[in-house]
Amino acid sequence: MGNRVAIVGAGMTKFVRRAQETGQELAFYATKMALDSCGMKLDQIDGVVLGSAPDTFDGVHMKGEYLSPGAGAWGKPYMRCYVGGGTGVFAVAHGWYHVASGVFDTCLVVCEEKMSSYQPHAQGAFLTIFDHTTERPLKPNLLWIFALEMNRYMTTYGLRKEDIALVAVKNKNNALDHPAAQLGGKVTLDDILSSEVLAWPVQRLDVSPVSDGAVAVILANETVARRVTDKPVWIEGVGWSLDTAYWTNRDLCYPRYVEEAARMAYKMAGVTDPRHQIHIAEPYDPFDYKELHHMEGLLLCGRGEAPQLTVDGVTQRDGELPVCPSGGLLGVGNPIAAAGLMKVAELFWQLRGEAGKRQVARKVKRGVAQAWGDLMQVGTVVVVGI
Amino acid sequence: MALKQRNEKVSQTKVWFGELPVESLYTVGIAGERFFRTLKEKGEFTGTKCERCGLVFVPGRIFCERCLEHLDNWITVGPTGTVESWTVVFLGLDGKRLEQPELVGLIKLDGASTFLVHRLGGVKPEELCFGMRVVAVLKPKAKREGAITDILFFQPVQ
Amino acid sequence: MAQVKKLKREKHQAVTPGRPGGQEIMKGDKQRLECGLQGTGLSDEELRQGTVLTTRWKADAKYGWDAGVAIGRYLAGLKEGKILGVRCYKCHRVMVPPRLFCEWCYRNIDEWVELKDTGIVNTFSLCYVTWDVKRIKEPQIPAVIELDGATKGMGIMHLLGEVDPKKVHIGMKVKAVWKEPAQREGAITDIRYWKPV
Repeated sequence: MGNRVAIVGAGMTKFVRRAQETGQELAFYATKMALDSCGMKLDQIDGVVLGSAPDTFDGVHMKGEYLSPGAGAWGKPYMRCYVGGGTGVFAVAHGWYHVASGVFDTCLVVCEEKMSSYQPHAQGAFLTIFDHTTERPLKPNLLWIFALEMNRYMTTYGLRKEDIALVAVKNKNNALDHPAAQLGGKVTLDDILSSEVLAWPVQRLDVSPVSDGAVAVILANETVARRVTDKPVWIEGVGWSLDTAYWTNRDLCYPRYVEEAARMAYKMAGVTDPRHQIHIAEPYDPFDYKELHHMEGLLLCGRGEAPQLTVDGVTQRDGELPVCPSGGLLGVGNPIAAAGLMKVAELFWQLRGEAGKRQVARKVKRGVAQAWGDLMQVGTVVVVGI
Repeated sequence: MALKQRNEKVSQTKVWFGELPVESLYTVGIAGERFFRTLKEKGEFTGTKCERCGLVFVPGRIFCERCLEHLDNWITVGPTGTVESWTVVFLGLDGKRLEQPELVGLIKLDGASTFLVHRLGGVKPEELCFGMRVVAVLKPKAKREGAITDILFFQPVQ
Repeated sequence: MAQVKKLKREKHQAVTPGRPGGQEIMKGDKQRLECGLQGTGLSDEELRQGTVLTTRWKADAKYGWDAGVAIGRYLAGLKEGKILGVRCYKCHRVMVPPRLFCEWCYRNIDEWVELKDTGIVNTFSLCYVTWDVKRIKEPQIPAVIELDGATKGMGIMHLLGEVDPKKVHIGMKVKAVWKEPAQREGAITDIRYWKPV
């Protein structure tokens, strides 16, 4: 479909709870590192896609335009895309079609978030995702939607907290080897299970942190890619899908919008048996149960079967299907849009064998990254291969 | 119903009132920290120069927006400068008439390639003109906080 | 319902002696690799106490949201003590909250339907934290309640009350507890909460 597009460079900042840098400075660090990583200069970039979640976090109206100088977009065609937490992976799809269509030869994709600006706590900024008339008068908070979804998922498949908490153990331990990680730690199952109950069944260590950070990747068509690097990582498929905004009208135990996005991406990539043809996965894990939820939506296993894969060690770095070898959002951090792009960058490094201590044991040639967002609404998927 | 028709069933429609609670605490950033601390401690304006593009950004920045090089070549600029544009403001943020009109200018400090927006003072509106030479009037050091308001206004050079 | 096969706990059960629990771990592990990634982390104190320069700003964002034709009627119904839904003749769904158009079939809805004020709990949570991250002792119990009279799975979000948190379960039958007619304003809060039947 169109020109072949590859990721040729990637860069990121540390993910921290509160950064001293402004959003522009964070975007600059990530962009510069991405350019330097493949020896490209800014004037070789034809266009810039910037992904960033609500303006409310950074507290700057028209946040994308505000960040654009740091993201190398001065004097260039520039677009901002935004689908809540799905932005990080969607931004890659967005950049992809500019290069696939031939409009650009190269495209820089940057995602940034500075959640620490919002006072007293960034969680409060999410109040506005609830309907102003039928939901906000009940004074809801963000934890409600995750807790409601987690409870439904656990009850439908008869899961226990222990089955789900293993994901947090895996990811936080994995993150110890990620240089940007905010919350990597030698965490045990009992640490998770004894952490404070926030909104049952959600406990404190089930949740990813609020973060500041930025990530950038560079996309190029085949001609440019082969000049710039001898290991281009090809974008083989992209998919995205939006379910109804009426989230209380759906059964939350299964993310069908992730399945639809995955089918779109798999069809483009020629993947007919995801469980065996996908070698490494980075699904979105803002909460531990979400990794399982999304693995099922990505058709990497049957419904309700993801916990068993975790228990059996299949999803460890030395397992058959490593999942979130980066440490995911739970370990590395969750600056909303940048988190999704961090997953794509992780696949980029893993496929090229450049993930250092995080490198998975098996040979990997094809991976899937997925992000999720809004009020249980959007699934965004990218399949990459080498 | 077409847009041109009115909805007569007023009793069945409603407006729901609410607020968006947004309070932000912004860091001034790595470059901002240096610019504002220098303004506070020394009463001086500083910027960074991109050797490649020949531009001096004021307030200083750690990156050149044109070529994305990392900048750490800090130089002092101002405190005198030129008025590149100006206006007289009669309405406040709430849309009400101000008691005293405000004078606002776009000032290019000597040595800078970029402009600063700030107040103009010590001058009557009819005396304002493009290219006018101005100098910064700062708060006394003890009252400065490391903010853009450490500058009170720019006034004509005597 | 699928059952997870027996957990092989041996691998993952190691307890580190003397470990106080979650809080300590979150301060970050000192064994991070240094490899040139940039970003300067600040502590909460450094940010608030002026160790680095900051500016503060509060938005003055007030809104008057039109409820719209469908929700306007829904709210008017709540004032009268009724819960209204809508029906689409093509997909046969009875939907709540009501809407002017069926988003599946993309056509106008065909009729308004009065639903019952009873239902079953589709999912729930016990929440000990408020929206601005304050801790509370008695949990709030948000839930999605599937309403009787609407298509299976059609729910609204609301709160449960007059119930022992330990006894709440998915599938529990509940009924709305309304405000007195004189106190109702045409709002979702005209229903105070839902309690077990």
